[in-house]
Amino acid sequence: MATVGLLTASGLVKDFGGLRAVDVEAFTLHEGEIRAVIGPNGAGKTTFVSLLCGRFPPTAGQIAFEGRDITEMPAHKRVALGIAYTFQITSIFSNLTLYDNVALPAQRRVMLDGGGSVARRAMDALERVGLADRAMEQAGAQSYGHQRLLEVAMGLALGPKVLILDEPTQGLADSEIEDFIALIRDVAKETTILLIEHNMPVVMALAEQITVLDQGRVLAEGTPEMIRADAAVQAAYLGG
Amino acid sequence: MEDLIALLPFDLPHPALLLAGVLEGTVLAAVLALTALGLSIVFGIMRVVNVAHGEFYMLGAVLAWFVTTWVAAVTGGPPWLGFAVALVVAPLVVGVIAAATDWLVLKRLNYDPEATIVATIGILYIIQQLALTFYGPYARPVEAPFDFRVATPYFGYSGYKLVVVGAAIALMLVVWLVLTRTRIGLVMRATQYDRETAQAFGIPVDKVYAGVFALGAGLAAIGAVLIVPIRQADYLMGGDPLLLSFIVVILGGLGSLRGTLVAALFIGLSDGIISTLYDATLAKILATLLVAMVLVFRPQGLFGARAA
Amino acid sequence: MMRSVILHGAMIALLIALEPMLSEYHHGNLARILVLATYAVGYNILFGYTGLLSLGHAMFFAAGMYGCALMVRLAEWSVGPAFIVGVVCALVAGLVVGLLALRTIGVGFMIVTLMFAEAAHLTIAYYNEYTRGDEGFTIPQAVRSVAGLDLSDTTTRYFAALTLFSLCLIASAALVQSRAGRVLVAIRENEDRVRMLGFDPFRYKLLALVLSAVMAGAAGAAYAVLFGYAGSTFASVQYSIFPLLWVLLGGPGTTLGPLLGTVLMFYLVDYASGTVMPGLAAFVEGSFGIDAPGLASAYLLLVGIALVLLVLFAPRGVLGVVRARVVPWLP
Repeated sequence: MATVGLLTASGLVKDFGGLRAVDVEAFTLHEGEIRAVIGPNGAGKTTFVSLLCGRFPPTAGQIAFEGRDITEMPAHKRVALGIAYTFQITSIFSNLTLYDNVALPAQRRVMLDGGGSVARRAMDALERVGLADRAMEQAGAQSYGHQRLLEVAMGLALGPKVLILDEPTQGLADSEIEDFIALIRDVAKETTILLIEHNMPVVMALAEQITVLDQGRVLAEGTPEMIRADAAVQAAYLGG
Repeated sequence: MEDLIALLPFDLPHPALLLAGVLEGTVLAAVLALTALGLSIVFGIMRVVNVAHGEFYMLGAVLAWFVTTWVAAVTGGPPWLGFAVALVVAPLVVGVIAAATDWLVLKRLNYDPEATIVATIGILYIIQQLALTFYGPYARPVEAPFDFRVATPYFGYSGYKLVVVGAAIALMLVVWLVLTRTRIGLVMRATQYDRETAQAFGIPVDKVYAGVFALGAGLAAIGAVLIVPIRQADYLMGGDPLLLSFIVVILGGLGSLRGTLVAALFIGLSDGIISTLYDATLAKILATLLVAMVLVFRPQGLFGARAA
Repeated sequence: MMRSVILHGAMIALLIALEPMLSEYHHGNLARILVLATYAVGYNILFGYTGLLSLGHAMFFAAGMYGCALMVRLAEWSVGPAFIVGVVCALVAGLVVGLLALRTIGVGFMIVTLMFAEAAHLTIAYYNEYTRGDEGFTIPQAVRSVAGLDLSDTTTRYFAALTLFSLCLIASAALVQSRAGRVLVAIRENEDRVRMLGFDPFRYKLLALVLSAVMAGAAGAAYAVLFGYAGSTFASVQYSIFPLLWVLLGGPGTTLGPLLGTVLMFYLVDYASGTVMPGLAAFVEGSFGIDAPGLASAYLLLVGIALVLLVLFAPRGVLGVVRARVVPWLP
């Protein structure tokens, strides 16, 4: 199926001091797909997606969203355009209730749409991750798994076009991971997903396309089957 | 003799007035550099913005008065004797108080930057008001340890003031040597570089911090003891040196010793010249605005990488 | 929502009911406290709810005070329009300082606001000719009236102060429950996350700072009008520290904390400097022979001790602890 490039990057470079953390020639995320970004520790995965969503500016290169250059656009405006990011290190508002945590992005969506109910949107997001019955509990008091789900719910409440998930299953129990896979499949029906993931079974279960990063560069790209068979990827992962 | 300057029939800066401004500015710059160096070392190594720094300075001056008065009363000795005792005792006492402050308050706050500032504001009031309590609301002079005058082409100038400049330079040299050439200095710099690693290598970080805080306060106290024969001691005298030290340390780059010295020279001299010739308040307004602008537009450059 | 309306309504009703019972002495005190508490309510919006610690709020208080008092003194305006000029001065000051200072964070923000306020304080001293510096100037009783109400009359003054305080209290309670208020609290908790939820934190912080400055300025202008005095002490660092202390004591991020903190601190200092410290001074001198010439006037010692104790042991303040232990819904 031929699809348009929703989020693209070209010649994207990020240097930290003397170190080149990211050096991606070309990257295209297609509308409607579930894309996984994998790679060994320190491959620059988080830095790469952080550039896409504008948490810091690139050293060189362009980023475009729906054909529009967003390289210079501050992060909050990219979010308003529809690029949502969920943090690798759980970054919820621990002192607030679960409801207030999702009400904030819900409120942003309602403000952007110029109408709608914040409460309904917030509760919908909690419903989808299965936390609705805990809405009035304090976020910081939740289990780690629930906090990860809340993080995803905050992304969902924004109603994004692209949802970037940074290692969402890290620290989850096996049973929780199964539920999580089902959740992402469900979300993917209306949203493009860009997923950084270490857990290979999760990647293989979800991803339609995989991009492999190593030392900041794209080592390989393709379907899960192609990646599984790729000798260079095996070398990178096995340290050969 | 200095009274003659006032009688000079000139509106524009006369060489005599200019020379007086430069001399006064140099004295101010020397003491300021010493005081600001203390603030700078504390921030550089501990990342603590010590708002009570000016009160350690004031405490040094007030203790100098107590010590010289006591020595004169007990021994009946000459002024230099009491002054010499004050020069040793005042910074030591202030250092001990500072170390205790670090141990009782700052350490318990885990050196959280914002909480530390609020706490040092509290300490500022505690020290200042205790000085008011026991020293009283008076401004009292301390006699200079010796009295000779140096001739200039226009007027005689207090030789003591020139000795202050020399002493301040010598002290800064000592501090610099200690920080760069000794084991203690190495330990301090290691702690500055990375607190956790330093701890892992067996450096007693707690003691180093208390020591650094005491050193910073002690430097302010020595500066005050040196200045107190020129300017009297009163419980509110900590405000100006605090503001000026902040200006110096921020303009010079917090934690940078060389920057602190250059900025102290610049601010001290310009303040001396401007307040001799024009209005000191205007100079201070411009300096504070300059500092604010530097922090707004070049925070990473002058505050270092860990701005928050 | 309903509980919040009842709580704040009850507080205001209590302050109205208190009025006839007050002695002359407490009348004056409480009017002063209400004006200062208005200042603290403004400070709380920035510090308590948004998490920005300013060390320079005295410049906004002074902008209101001098904006108003100088219009009366120099331009001979009546106090009503002059009050509005004072508030506008504070608004402009808040906007300018905010646009600059909010580019910094944490310690940088604290020092930048401190420096701006010091510059403002020195500027007031510099224009001594108009401001009379430290000494200050009075606004004659004859001109201190609005719409036929004599504002120097104790009862009128009390209700004028109460009206201003109530307006600011209600505004702050409404803000906290509003969408903007939710964003402010979220910025305090985790600014980076707020940005990644699509909000521009800078705009919200600027809003909080300007609102906070306007309330501080209104308090400053009201002080000049109600007590007939303006002086540069109100622009000094001390008056930037006071609202911080009051809010810390009462409970940062609680709507009623600023009032509680101001009342407690005011009467603590009043009692100590009026009764305890002179007695203590006499005792120390009489029993131990220690000379303590300044003890009777060293009331700021309490400010220092309170700051250190609060930061060390109770950073959430009185109502913060009440909220955590007893009344979780406390706004």
